[in-house]
Amino acid sequence: MPPILTLHQVSKVYGNGTVALQDIDLTVSPGEFVSLVGPSGCGKSTVLRLVAGLGQPSSGQIAWGLSPGERNLAFVFQDAALMPWATVVDNVHLPLKLKGKSLRSCRADIQEALNLVSLGGAERSYPRQLSGGMRMRASIARALVTRPNVLLMDEPFGALDEMTRARLNSDVLHLWEQKHWTVLFVTHNIYEAVYLSNRVVVMAAHPGRIVADLAIDAPYPRSEEFRTSAQFNHYCREILRYLSSPERTVTVP
Amino acid sequence: MEPNSSLSPPSSPASPGATVWGAASQISRFNRLWSLEVMAPIAVGLGALVLWEVGVQLFQVPPYLLPGPLLVLQTLVQEWPQLFPSLMVTLQITVAAFVAATVSGLLIAILFTQSKWIERSFFPYAVILQTMPVVAIAPLIIIWFKSNTFAALVVCAWIVALFPIISNTTLGLNSADHSLQNLFQLYGANRWQTLWHLRLPSAMPYFLGGLRISGGLSLIGAVVAEFVAGTGGARSGIAYQILMSSYNLQIPRMFAALIMTTGLGVIIFVLLTLLSDRLLRHWHESALQREN
Ligand SMILES: Nc1ncnc2c1ncn2[C@@H]1O[C@H](COP(=O)(O)OP(=O)(O)O)[C@@H](O)[C@H]1O
Ligand SMILES: [Mg+2]
Repeated sequence: MPPILTLHQVSKVYGNGTVALQDIDLTVSPGEFVSLVGPSGCGKSTVLRLVAGLGQPSSGQIAWGLSPGERNLAFVFQDAALMPWATVVDNVHLPLKLKGKSLRSCRADIQEALNLVSLGGAERSYPRQLSGGMRMRASIARALVTRPNVLLMDEPFGALDEMTRARLNSDVLHLWEQKHWTVLFVTHNIYEAVYLSNRVVVMAAHPGRIVADLAIDAPYPRSEEFRTSAQFNHYCREILRYLSSPERTVTVP
Repeated sequence: MEPNSSLSPPSSPASPGATVWGAASQISRFNRLWSLEVMAPIAVGLGALVLWEVGVQLFQVPPYLLPGPLLVLQTLVQEWPQLFPSLMVTLQITVAAFVAATVSGLLIAILFTQSKWIERSFFPYAVILQTMPVVAIAPLIIIWFKSNTFAALVVCAWIVALFPIISNTTLGLNSADHSLQNLFQLYGANRWQTLWHLRLPSAMPYFLGGLRISGGLSLIGAVVAEFVAGTGGARSGIAYQILMSSYNLQIPRMFAALIMTTGLGVIIFVLLTLLSDRLLRHWHESALQREN
């Protein structure tokens, strides 16, 4: 299958001279679930922002296997980024509202998105009234309401407790299996990355670069038993090794 | 407050729960009105008034130096028919200046945030306007508007009230959440949509804070300008009454007029606070009821 997204020798130098990324090469196939892991400051968010078109690379190219018309991106931010003055429904409505669709005309789409993330019943609540996990669900519903085919998630569950994170992990995985999205998922949690992904891309900082690209060869649907299997442990240890000694740059296909 | 809080199921943020939550906070707010929070300052005020009256009686202070509160109250009732219309004149000036400052301040702040260069070029002049002593320029403004004293007074009060709205709203418009700004950009929002759906709501708490400051400043500006104008005639405001009373050594009457002015200031502040709480009640920290 031709790749849906290709980053070729992408570098990003910010205005203040920070080399956030240096010569990043990354290829993503349609329907893949790719996680980016690495220490804070290694440029994970920068990769996602460049892919989303929020800023231009300083050099290199980002090529899409989809025409701009076929491409439908959604972004999920770590802090949920809900509008505190708007109810859950109004927050989820936002992407459609910005395209000029009235609330009345897209009630059904909003309800569907809310049901996908099990948030039916909280429509009229304000973000302040929701728990962290529910806020994140609302944020994901807002991403899903446009029926995206590419999902960019920047540490979406980083601020959640372990139990909530595990539930949202399996819910997202479940949705991914149904909807066949292509997902780029940023996290600093190795276990989360291994549990969710087809591939885990390990990055290192100063300058931001890719030090390993591991395929996670385990079938979906992935059960809770997978989290405690020997195979799972093996992948985690492997990734830890690359994180702790990034100078041994090896690419595992 | 505790019994009310138990009405709200902590585990159910869905709409039925939300309704109960809202009702509970209404009740607890009402109860609070009669609790210590209100009784304490009233007790302090009454105590001070009693001390004042006793002191004046005890040391036989002549009323032209310091009238006792009972005498002031008596004068207030007697002079109400003259003083109240004057207060209404001042109120008109205050309201006109406040509305003008709100509308123009909001528009200027929106203009400032359209480009960094506009803000950088014009903000210093907003600061200069703010630091200009209105007492000094009021006579000039009154001369410019010589046919229309009312308009001149409104302009003076407007100058005093404008800056907090500009500076607060500019700060608010620039403080929209960064992730949300990215989200708007990602979904192709235009400048107008971003202003209307993101920047203005983000600026709301700041804007309302600016209003609360400017409400009082409008009144102060109106009173100061009236002092300078010192005009008699049919449309003379409360400051003119204060001025005349003090010339004529009617000190109790001066106190009565002062009390009315201060009372008006307090009413303006309370009304604007209620407005702010109402508009922000669902989402902003400043307007939320908390049990801890
Ligand atoms: N807008 C910016 N301006 C300047 N430097 C930035 C900016 N955004 C990120 N950086 C820097 O680029 C590097 C990578 O940042 P980021 O992509 O946010 O890393 P990560 O998401 O992996 O923590 C960091 O050193 C960060 O300080
Ligand atoms: Mg980041």
